[in-house]
Amino acid sequence: MSLTPEKKAEITRRFTEAIPHCTALGMKLVQISDGEALIEMPYDERFIGDPRTGVIHGGAVSALMDTCCGAAVMSHPEAPKITATIDLRIDYMRPATPGQTIRARATCYRVTKSVAFVRAVAMDDDEDRPVAAAAGTFTADHSSSRKSNEALS
Amino acid sequence: MNHQQPEPVHVVQKRRDSALNALAHGVPYVEFLGIEFDRRGDELTAILPFSEKLIGNPMLPAIHGGVTAAFLETAAIIELGWSILWDDIESGGVDPETLTPGQLPNFPKTIGFTVDYLRSGLPRDAYARARINRSGRRYASVHVEAWQDNRTRLYAQATGHFLMPARDG
Repeated sequence: MSLTPEKKAEITRRFTEAIPHCTALGMKLVQISDGEALIEMPYDERFIGDPRTGVIHGGAVSALMDTCCGAAVMSHPEAPKITATIDLRIDYMRPATPGQTIRARATCYRVTKSVAFVRAVAMDDDEDRPVAAAAGTFTADHSSSRKSNEALS
Repeated sequence: MNHQQPEPVHVVQKRRDSALNALAHGVPYVEFLGIEFDRRGDELTAILPFSEKLIGNPMLPAIHGGVTAAFLETAAIIELGWSILWDDIESGGVDPETLTPGQLPNFPKTIGFTVDYLRSGLPRDAYARARINRSGRRYASVHVEAWQDNRTRLYAQATGHFLMPARDG
């Protein structure tokens, strides 16, 4: 079964927006198509990691990166509709500026028979100096008979 | 006889519990996720009580991978902070009674953090323990293991490198 890119983007959008944790973090899917995703997370005092500076916790950035990478995989033309993170590495280059929205842009650049490869960057208003970079691998299980929850169990 | 009596157990416990409390509470995002810490001597176990808002895949349902990453990163940072604080509180250099989050040493900063997802996170409580493999003046390397039902069946593991806060002296 193959889906049109538009249909795939729509499914990804609906799936991402139905994730309780993404709703809790206020994430908004801005752009999605053919293995590329852009997701925003507005500044929120509840997600502060250092009360002295007001900087957002690295964990919230990780959640944003993981979601964005997963969405990029799901929207890729050669990837199955459902995926799970195998591993994700995040490098933090600088603290995000307090008060600013954080945007993550992920690219799923390769899908093999069983693995999808993704990289991503996170930025605030100063787009020339990224806040964080990520590289990850995700499951790409093409056998439709297998349920998604068996992928990693 | 110049034999010194050991400190009463409740004094020791109170000192360590107040220090841990000051360290682990007061970070909004850690409170948002609901992470708690259990202490046995100097050994910490991070606990992530399950709640609906932690779900990342409503169809399974499973805990969000980002939540797992945040949980492991928090376990690593608190373990590092705790190791810095331990010597100070045990030597009497810091009085935990007057220790507020604002007076704590700065937290180590995450340089890089890699999470391996070994099994999907089930909709129930998760636990994590961090081991400091190297702690130098500037850099530290920490490994974290997380599990749910069985201690030996890890659902995630992580390795992180951290920039240590500048220390006096």
